[in-house]
Amino acid sequence: MGLHTGRRSALLLALATATCLVATGCGGGSDKSGDDSVAVALITKNSTNPFFVTMQDGARKAAETEGVKLTLAAGKEDGDEAGQVQAIEDAIARGDDGILITPNGPGVNPAIKKARDAGLYVIALDTPPEPANTVDITFATDNFKAGELIGKWTAKQLGGKPATVALLDLFNDKIVSVDYNRDQGFLSGMGIDTKDRKVNGDEAKSGSYSAGTYSIVCNEPTDGAEDGGRTAMERCLAKNPAINVVYTINEPAAVGAQKALQAAGVKDALVVSIDGGCNGVQQVKSGLISATSQQYPVKMAELGVQAITKIAKGGEKPQTTSGLDFFDTGVTLVTDKPATGVDSITSADGASKCWGKA
Amino acid sequence: MTTTPTAATAVEQFALRRRTPLERLQHVLHAYPAISPLLVLILAFAVFSAVNPRFAAPNSLSLVLQQVAVVGALAVGQTLVILTAGIDLSVGAVTILAMMLAAKLAEGHGLPGVLAVAAGIGVGLLAGLVNGTLVTRIGLPPFIVTLGTLSIFGAIALLYTKGQSVPATDLPALLNWTGETFPIGRFRISIGVVLVAVLYLVVGYALATTAWGRHVYAIGDDKEAARLAGIRVDRVLLSVYLTAGAIYGLAAWILVGRAGAASPNAITDANLESITAVVIGGTSLFGGRGVLVGTLLGALIVGFFRSGLSLAGVDDQYRVLAVGLLVLLAVAVDQWIRKVKS
Repeated sequence: MGLHTGRRSALLLALATATCLVATGCGGGSDKSGDDSVAVALITKNSTNPFFVTMQDGARKAAETEGVKLTLAAGKEDGDEAGQVQAIEDAIARGDDGILITPNGPGVNPAIKKARDAGLYVIALDTPPEPANTVDITFATDNFKAGELIGKWTAKQLGGKPATVALLDLFNDKIVSVDYNRDQGFLSGMGIDTKDRKVNGDEAKSGSYSAGTYSIVCNEPTDGAEDGGRTAMERCLAKNPAINVVYTINEPAAVGAQKALQAAGVKDALVVSIDGGCNGVQQVKSGLISATSQQYPVKMAELGVQAITKIAKGGEKPQTTSGLDFFDTGVTLVTDKPATGVDSITSADGASKCWGKA
Repeated sequence: MTTTPTAATAVEQFALRRRTPLERLQHVLHAYPAISPLLVLILAFAVFSAVNPRFAAPNSLSLVLQQVAVVGALAVGQTLVILTAGIDLSVGAVTILAMMLAAKLAEGHGLPGVLAVAAGIGVGLLAGLVNGTLVTRIGLPPFIVTLGTLSIFGAIALLYTKGQSVPATDLPALLNWTGETFPIGRFRISIGVVLVAVLYLVVGYALATTAWGRHVYAIGDDKEAARLAGIRVDRVLLSVYLTAGAIYGLAAWILVGRAGAASPNAITDANLESITAVVIGGTSLFGGRGVLVGTLLGALIVGFFRSGLSLAGVDDQYRVLAVGLLVLLAVAVDQWIRKVKS
């Protein structure tokens, strides 16, 4: 196209550019990476969640340090498998040495296999694929453990009081591992029998937790966002206004849930969450969130870039953490109300290790 | 609400011969498009109240109003566009862009609340100008235009915010003000709900009583005939897209107040939800037929189903299923009524 394109083609060009930015991130052209320089693709679930934005920043910094050519891509939204498959195919076509991916679901597995067959080293970040050996290795938070930590803390805080629990999950129309691992981890931490560890909502609606009796009011989807969290909490309160424990899939959902609790005049509910983003730690400090499990996305991205660089230069492959089928990048409980027997750090400490922006 | 201007000719035709009850029903529905959604709403209310008395409690109804406020506002803009036989797929993207820009300006540049809100509405107007210009000047179909701008505005919002949300604590009080609630009797109404109510009254009045409103209907009914009748079609169309855009900017303000933060992940399904409300509300996708109050009923119907089925302990997917059936039913009724005119 020349400089004198008509309005229509200009529009189409803008459309194409916009679409391609949204869908795949459109890395640089198809210049094959030479044998001397290492090329890595990072494919996140979406490009809006601060968690993945942080991961991208971490990868960029690590790539600069290592002198690696990094291409960023993402799905359009959580669960967008097609967009990720495209990004994997692009990485193979570019001749990248390795792929870092937070898989959106089992639909990307065949594409990952194709990449590995083509000689790329594939590392999953944050979310282990099902089955775990689809990729070479996963660097992730132990989401079940993250849930377990806030569950144990909640059981201790209640000190034997009956627990009336609202579970604010991610989805109710898609099954994703982060969703059931956190939810079921939380219930396990409370000392509640979860039945199937991969199914949300199949546990007994009432019974006893480690220190008293419990009843579960609801499992509601939030989409991991503030407005979803608020609507979900409102629906739970409509079912039972006496809720005193609120589990949330992530901190934006917790913020929305707090809005609903405040509007309903509920002041003393324990709201627990997972993420440890700077906004979330700020909420812990202000008392809106009672406790949160902090994870470390920057570390995941850094380790990922380093591992692929090392392998591309003929070095060793990373090993999984003993007893797990992935490399655990760690999780820490952040709260200003410590409970005996549950290790935690204060919100001030959490703020020094948090990700995203406050 | 008043009848649509197209009803008069139908009345004359019908006066010429005896009518069967079915034809009479057809005629009534044609003259008053809001009747079918009203019946559905009353029926839904009765059934859900019977299943769980909690549903009809003032507290729960107040929450339904707050929950449908944002989509209800967006659906006003969507109704205007659909009345002109267009469709707006960029609703959600424009709203997110307006909200994020207003929030970022207030946060980073310390813009006072009033200016931030104005900036959000300004973004909406600008987006409406882009959509409207592409439709009128270049003559592209609205579906294609807004499909394109959906991607463009969405991408700009993400590039501009780097995907980060702005927490409530960093926002001026005025941006959160729409989420404040006050009691009316045993109901709790939010400022956002009041704004949406005012919006319906103002736009409903304009559509039903002003020359502009009649022009909107005329263009949707038959663009060429409207042109020949001396209506400045392009100018009216542009005004429709500008108005819709400003309304999306207003909806963005209501959304911030409700969510407690400005997040680019919000309202993922706004496009489809706004179109759904309009269609269930009896407005024809072929343009030129429908009333705004129908859209309000449509948004409330979806809200009732959401809350009612949840309180009945039914899986949320049944709500999705029911809403899908309602959409098909509404379009089928619309087609049936259109036979009155032929």
